[in-house]
Amino acid sequence: MSDLALTRRAAKVADEAPLAKAAAIAAALAFLSLFFLAPLAVVIAQASAKGFSAYWQALAEPDARAAIALTLTIAAVVVPLNAGFGLAAAWAIAKFQFAGKNLAVTLIDLPFSVSPVVSGLVFVLLFGAQGWFGGFLAAHHVKIIFAVPGIALATLFVTFPFVARELIALMQQQGTAEEEAALTLGAGGLKTFLSVTLPNAKWALLTGVLLCNARAMGEFGAVSVVSGHIRGATNTIPLQVEILYNEYSIAAAFALASLLALLALVTLVVKLAVEARAAR
Amino acid sequence: MSGGFGLPRAISVDNVSKGFGDGAVLDRIDLEIEPGELLALLGPSGSGKTTLLRLLAGLETPDAGVVRFDGEDAAQYTVQQRRVGFVFQSYALFRHMSVFDNIAYGLTVRPRRERPSRELIADRVAELLAMMQLGGFERRHPHELSGGQRQRVALARALAIEPRVLLLDEPFGALDAKVRKDLRKWLRDIHDRTGLTTVFVTHDQDEAMDIADRVAILNHGRIEQIGRPEDVRAAPATAFVREFLE
Repeated sequence: MSDLALTRRAAKVADEAPLAKAAAIAAALAFLSLFFLAPLAVVIAQASAKGFSAYWQALAEPDARAAIALTLTIAAVVVPLNAGFGLAAAWAIAKFQFAGKNLAVTLIDLPFSVSPVVSGLVFVLLFGAQGWFGGFLAAHHVKIIFAVPGIALATLFVTFPFVARELIALMQQQGTAEEEAALTLGAGGLKTFLSVTLPNAKWALLTGVLLCNARAMGEFGAVSVVSGHIRGATNTIPLQVEILYNEYSIAAAFALASLLALLALVTLVVKLAVEARAAR
Repeated sequence: MSGGFGLPRAISVDNVSKGFGDGAVLDRIDLEIEPGELLALLGPSGSGKTTLLRLLAGLETPDAGVVRFDGEDAAQYTVQQRRVGFVFQSYALFRHMSVFDNIAYGLTVRPRRERPSRELIADRVAELLAMMQLGGFERRHPHELSGGQRQRVALARALAIEPRVLLLDEPFGALDAKVRKDLRKWLRDIHDRTGLTTVFVTHDQDEAMDIADRVAILNHGRIEQIGRPEDVRAAPATAFVREFLE
């Protein structure tokens, strides 16, 4: 009886008037083009406004090359670390019971709920010249703020949730039965993790790493606070784009920005491919 | 398939209690399981039967009391060392592995010294596939199998390690009624062929009464009655048992 009612209601939703369906799809597409495709087109148009050689020159310029190199370095440091931390955190949270678990889940989301500028300021307050550890660091000639380590730390903090969140959702849904089966079959803890837990989570891990990488390369706010904007030394791609834009070097700014746009496109395509593969 | 399993083991549960958070799940359980016996733990959901099974496997530790295998305190052995064949309610097959790799898992994870050769493992898996009527399925993945086939892979995987006892949690729980009936006889048959001491959990009294040598009926973490199916049916010990069997 209730089954029948359910079927009927489901049928009703699916049988929405064709006109309404078309209107909904058109609205969604219009929104997507206006807010996602149009900016992409603008970036490409502006970057190539002065021709290909100008585009290439803008990218080959020493400060731009330094910014690209720094961005790649930061990503190369941050992404593996956060993949490791995220995996460890997700494993602990999804597969074990412990006191303070809800607090841990909330803390993992903290970087998403705090403004990146605040995240950057925290590191200035800790490691800056006037910060808690400022005196100690100065005495030992260690530079963190306005230097590469500070940028890495700020990026590490801001991008921490990506891998952990992807994995926690999946691992919780998968439960612990397969791990328990492995244990009863004689596998040790590490063997179980490597042969059961990790392979089951590999696609989610890859998705998390992709998103983490995209954000690590694109992060502006937190990095802006700790970087010091030293040209050719502590400017990442997003910071360099801002400087060029403020100097009215519009074409150069967009040339550099097109790299980030390209990164976003590649990330999305690979993510789609990964998800299609994982769904099989 | 004869041999390999050794002499069947006796399991004894002595005054075992277990609680999670607020309530007691198992309350001073005493249970003697004979070597080679097929015992059913029967009870409504929440009666503690699955927890008792997991305690035998070493997947849970008792708050009080002792579990013994052949008179030896099981607490000194980890879940890996206990060598129990455990069949999980939803089978818990390794979803990213083929049927072959699932069944071979318990052999391939052994330390190098104790690990059988590749050929021996392949022979063993082939033997189990034949026993489970799963020939030709070794390259399939779990999601490509029917419920009944998954169930048989899970059992083959558990038997591959030459377990000392066989424990099954709601072995037919996820199957439709027709398949359940067919598989009953088949479980009894596997038990008779391996001679293993076998304990299975069920909430279905027909299933328990049909194939078990003895039935233990649980309610609220206590064993209400234990005995041969015909005896329990003829003389229910408590009002709960009488009502549950109706």
